[in-house]
Amino acid sequence: MGIVSTFRHTAAAAGLAACAALISTSVQAAGEAKDPENQDWHFEGIFGTVDRASAQRGLQVYLEVCSGCHGLKQVAYRNLAELGFTEAEVKAIAAEFEVEDGPNDDGEMFFRPAIASDRFASPFPNEQAAKAANNGAAPPDLSLQVKAHPGGADYIYALLTGYEDPPADKELSPGLAYNAYFRGNAIAMPNPLFEDGVEYTDGTQATVEQMAWDVTNFMQWAAEPTMETRKQIGFKVVLFLIILTAILYAAKRKMWSNVDH
Amino acid sequence: MSAGTHQSGGMGTGVVKWIDSRLPVFTYLQKEYAEFEAPRNFNWFWNFGAILTFLLVMMIMTGIFLAMQYQPNTALAFDSVERIMRDVNYGWLLRYLHANGATFFFIAIYIHIFRGMYYGSYKAPRELLWMLGVVILLLAMATAFMGYVLPWGQMSFWGATVITNLFSAIPLVGDSIVTLLWGGFSVDNPTLNRFFALHYLLPFLIFGVVILHVIALHVTGSNNPLGVDPKGPQDTLPFHPYYTMKDSVGLAAFVTIMAAFVFFAPNFFGEPENYLEAAPLNTPAHIVPEWYFLPFFAILRSIDFDILFIEAKLGGVIAMFAAIFVLFVLPWLDRSPVRSAKFRPVYKWFFWIFLINAVILGYVGGKPTDAPVFSGVEGFQIIHLGYITTFWYFAHFLIVIPLLGIFERPKPVPKSISEAVLGGGAAGTTATAKPMEKA
Repeated sequence: MGIVSTFRHTAAAAGLAACAALISTSVQAAGEAKDPENQDWHFEGIFGTVDRASAQRGLQVYLEVCSGCHGLKQVAYRNLAELGFTEAEVKAIAAEFEVEDGPNDDGEMFFRPAIASDRFASPFPNEQAAKAANNGAAPPDLSLQVKAHPGGADYIYALLTGYEDPPADKELSPGLAYNAYFRGNAIAMPNPLFEDGVEYTDGTQATVEQMAWDVTNFMQWAAEPTMETRKQIGFKVVLFLIILTAILYAAKRKMWSNVDH
Repeated sequence: MSAGTHQSGGMGTGVVKWIDSRLPVFTYLQKEYAEFEAPRNFNWFWNFGAILTFLLVMMIMTGIFLAMQYQPNTALAFDSVERIMRDVNYGWLLRYLHANGATFFFIAIYIHIFRGMYYGSYKAPRELLWMLGVVILLLAMATAFMGYVLPWGQMSFWGATVITNLFSAIPLVGDSIVTLLWGGFSVDNPTLNRFFALHYLLPFLIFGVVILHVIALHVTGSNNPLGVDPKGPQDTLPFHPYYTMKDSVGLAAFVTIMAAFVFFAPNFFGEPENYLEAAPLNTPAHIVPEWYFLPFFAILRSIDFDILFIEAKLGGVIAMFAAIFVLFVLPWLDRSPVRSAKFRPVYKWFFWIFLINAVILGYVGGKPTDAPVFSGVEGFQIIHLGYITTFWYFAHFLIVIPLLGIFERPKPVPKSISEAVLGGGAAGTTATAKPMEKA
């Protein structure tokens, strides 16, 4: 009873605090995030499609740079076929990851190489492990990051290219890096991209901007893999509805032409 | 379809007649949706009843199919929504239709309500019709709120935490109510389970109240832009084909706009942060409700001071609910004998001021309270704009409308719809406004 009561009060207090925080809604004035610049993306607009070459390079950046800390758990390896990878390539990419499976006939859990139908294996078994390995800040899963920020892809690109030395008056806690686009301007992720950090298989020069651009295109696809289908169907649906509306309107005019209203 | 009812009962022939003489569904449909006499002068604002009916059915149908894939468990809910988005055939379409359908339902219901306010549709003899409409609004809000919790994103969780916590402001029983809503001591799995159950239930209650709304409508008949009751067949048109046709046009146009958002900007009305899974230990910087709650949210936050013995928090909750409940008594607050704002020169202005005020309230609800309204003018903050607009919201109903009923001199009202419509524009002939008689 005592424990329940204590728990109850803690929960109520937490709720009330949230409520109070909300109603007063005070903003931390220091460290307002800079708005990301608007970029011209291939996927934008009603006919926009995924830039496959860029997204394929983006996968390479993810595999070689990001995947050590960030998961991509909503995406299955088989989905990579949509980016133009062959079945053999997908299997090869999957096989580089280990996933836990089981229990086997002896009742043991075991690790095996991932197969195409598995979803991307996360680098840490749970959030606590991710925190313990990363100075207390768990690296977020990248599956939906593009959709989870108001700036979308512009924000991700700005963040990845926005690392710089902190201004003289800004004091950073140890383990944090300065990034003007991040809320609070102090980010736990160290600058991940360096010139020629990856060696692109298609020979593209791996500048920081190029890698940020490619991995953002990849993350955009990962966040909204049905985008192209959606826009293709949408174009037909909206066109149909416009014509339908026009025909119905003409019929209505005709029908109403002999009554005063 | 012209066959009338026979003495033996039942219209039509063959199977239709056999059924109709035992259960007169065809007679009912013929009478209420085909022959039903509607004023001949509806404008396009009279489309929204049909649009809302369509949207309600669409929401129920997409919702049922989503429920077949969704998992109401805190460990699975977020991922199950992503499974719908990625792996279920056309799951993305179902979900985006459902999410945007909620937004467009509120767009339509707000237009429908403002239409009623402009043309005085709430006045006698349509008070109950109006009040049933307010019940539908309340149920729709509860349904939308609980539906927004189901994806178990950050805004789902924190929105649920904040809104359910409001009930703790109620004296004596508040804490017990909150525990009951949560099914425990914080927003957690039991909360998600019961919200899912209720989110599935409430639309069917809405459907029931919509039926009552339509029955009440068919007793009193529809209001119209002139606010004058039809006096006879010269004032009306049969609902079918004239208004089924016109409603089809309005519905198709409305659905076109909705489809443009569903297919080309499906997350336009959504809060990006809800694509992050709920994290009970990580409070978002700004907790904002969906756009359609923002005006009421602004009223809630604007009472940040104690009123006599009522604490600020309770005062805010009371004000927020009062903002909706005041609509129930609107038919009795407005004593003007004239319905339509067309003939109410002063009320017309106050209507538009009220509408603009409501939009500003929505703006206020979406901003941090201590942000300056105009950049550079630090002294005038969002909270101050909130005080003014909240005051005006209630003043409109409790002061302006009752006083206008006494002091406003309405313009002459036409004797009949046909006189105004067919009489070549020579509208009113009566010298002074007279109370409307029932047709």
